[in-house]
Amino acid sequence: MGTAFISSILFATVVAGTPLIIVALGELVTEKAGVLNLGAEGTMSVGAVAAFAVAHSTGNPFLGILAGMGAGILMSLLFGISALTLMANQVASGLALSIFGVGLSAFIGKPYESVALASVTPISIPLLSQIPVLGPALFQQQGLVYFSWVLLVAVAWFLYRTKAGLVLRAVGESPVSAHSIGYGVVRIRYQAVLFGGAMAGIGGAFMSVFYTPMWVEGMVAGRGWIALSLVVFATWRPARVMIGAYLFGGCMIAQMFVQGSGARINIPAQFLSAIPYAATVLVLVLISRNRSTIRLNSPASLGQTFLPDA
Amino acid sequence: MNTRNLALAALAGAVLCSTALTAAEPVKIGFVYVSPVGDAGWTYQHDLGRKQMEAAMKGAVTTKFIENVPEGADAERIIRQLAQDGNQIIFTTSFGYMNPTEKVSKAFPNVTFFHATGYKSGKNMGIYNARFYEGRYLNGVIAGKMTKSNVAGYVAAFPIPEVVMGINAFARGMKSVNPKAEVRVIWVNSWFDPGKEREAAMTLIAQGADMITHHTDSTAVVQAAEEKHKEKGTWAFSYHSDMAKYGPTAQLSGTTHVWGDFYERTVKEVLAKKWTGTNVWGGIKEGMIKIAPMSKSVPADLQKQIVKLEGEIKAGKLHPFAGPVVDQEGKERVAKGSNMSDSDMNAMNYYVQGVASAFPKN
Repeated sequence: MGTAFISSILFATVVAGTPLIIVALGELVTEKAGVLNLGAEGTMSVGAVAAFAVAHSTGNPFLGILAGMGAGILMSLLFGISALTLMANQVASGLALSIFGVGLSAFIGKPYESVALASVTPISIPLLSQIPVLGPALFQQQGLVYFSWVLLVAVAWFLYRTKAGLVLRAVGESPVSAHSIGYGVVRIRYQAVLFGGAMAGIGGAFMSVFYTPMWVEGMVAGRGWIALSLVVFATWRPARVMIGAYLFGGCMIAQMFVQGSGARINIPAQFLSAIPYAATVLVLVLISRNRSTIRLNSPASLGQTFLPDA
Repeated sequence: MNTRNLALAALAGAVLCSTALTAAEPVKIGFVYVSPVGDAGWTYQHDLGRKQMEAAMKGAVTTKFIENVPEGADAERIIRQLAQDGNQIIFTTSFGYMNPTEKVSKAFPNVTFFHATGYKSGKNMGIYNARFYEGRYLNGVIAGKMTKSNVAGYVAAFPIPEVVMGINAFARGMKSVNPKAEVRVIWVNSWFDPGKEREAAMTLIAQGADMITHHTDSTAVVQAAEEKHKEKGTWAFSYHSDMAKYGPTAQLSGTTHVWGDFYERTVKEVLAKKWTGTNVWGGIKEGMIKIAPMSKSVPADLQKQIVKLEGEIKAGKLHPFAGPVVDQEGKERVAKGSNMSDSDMNAMNYYVQGVASAFPKN
């Protein structure tokens, strides 16, 4: 096994994990505020198609990302109106958003199914990209990969090192208490939901503009759901979300490398395909198995509607 | 004229009118698709066929399709609905529609059903399929001649005979001109997941494959080859559709399905009450399989050779699974001098020599 070989496994792992990290971190912030938005799959799909449409017609992938983000915000606004203002059931609203988003994206995307987008040249970071093995794997990536790392630091810092983060977590733990000392629970929850939507939209944009530069119906292929479950298995801790996402990506790529090596290994392909899911759940459950920390980290009011004047 | 006669005349007129109406009214034909039509792939090819048939029989038929129908209980409901709506001929175009189609066909004896790629037929239910492997073999010959690394990568969906047949035919085509060639297979366990398909292609390319093909539904694999073409000299063969648009430099050729002639022929037979219930498994000879136009990167003498081989397959002189066919373990599956039977091909659950990966046993 040469170094180029290891580099290419690492490279593909990082790429496969990136959309999951971005979407899951957005959802993590939403859930920390006590709101369970199951609409990630639909929001990603709409983000993906909006990003593709704009990137295709302007030729500018950056505008594509912005469009994806905007579409994500609009989608989550729908969820907010339904679950926060009208106080509908969060689980039902989120599921509806997912189904609606997947369908809507297919509808908007019809004219874009026949067009291909040029792939975007990755950004090399000077000096760092020269490091053997790690350089080509980590520092010759798409801009959104670096964004996902910055996002991780920013989310962790915001939640645990700022007053606003503390308030957001308080809203998630006990909206009644937060309300009684004068915080606008619904307003803060709206902000968290819109942030989550924006990230899901960017995750979708990564799929359609950078990962596989094309639009086809159903291309998100369940990654929104995987991101949602990552948040839970990572017990709402940002760093573990990243570990989980890379672990998932890594196992998926590794099993493909085993298959593609041409070696005669007699393992059913179905089993190999299941490994990433099983391994991610197993590892995250093992590292997060302490019950008291689970209780500490999971937002106590998750999924409950809040009536401001009750 | 008394009232009775008048009534009779009116009745006769009405009967005349209604028969005249039925004669003039176009026959309704329904199609059920497993995925959205899109711009390339399995369903797209069926839809091209539907349009071709409708255009050729303008006025005599109208067609209707329902896309993205999941295989299972939903399929039965939709097939039943099409039959109730007065569709006289119904084509169901995915393997998983077999049992629902059979069930509905029994309830509507006056409607004729056709199911693609299955093995159950009946009085008013026909089967049709295409000999994909013939195109695969020819693609394999091109790959065998043009590979520099002697490694081809194959992104495949599920280990069922239809897919395995294609892998084996491709490997035999490669081997026939290049004894050192090997085919490596990655199963992605999905008909359609562009992200995964792309990763699988990239993995194969990173591990030295310079010829890439796929038996999945999206264009991701051809696009991946196009992206790596400059750096690694990767070439691609498309499947289902001609995907040259997605791999303008990298695509050398491909295996495409052509259903239009079959649809036209079959509908005419049914309308003329001449359909005899024969099952159709057509290949290059019947025009149901065509290889995608070879790109200009394929050397002229190789192009000539492929055209010649194509002619031999058409004439029945060349069979991709002509004996001796030896599997990976060295066991002889077909003896020298005979061709593999259709039923053996449809039960293929092993790799032939030339495929490097292990067969995914369950």
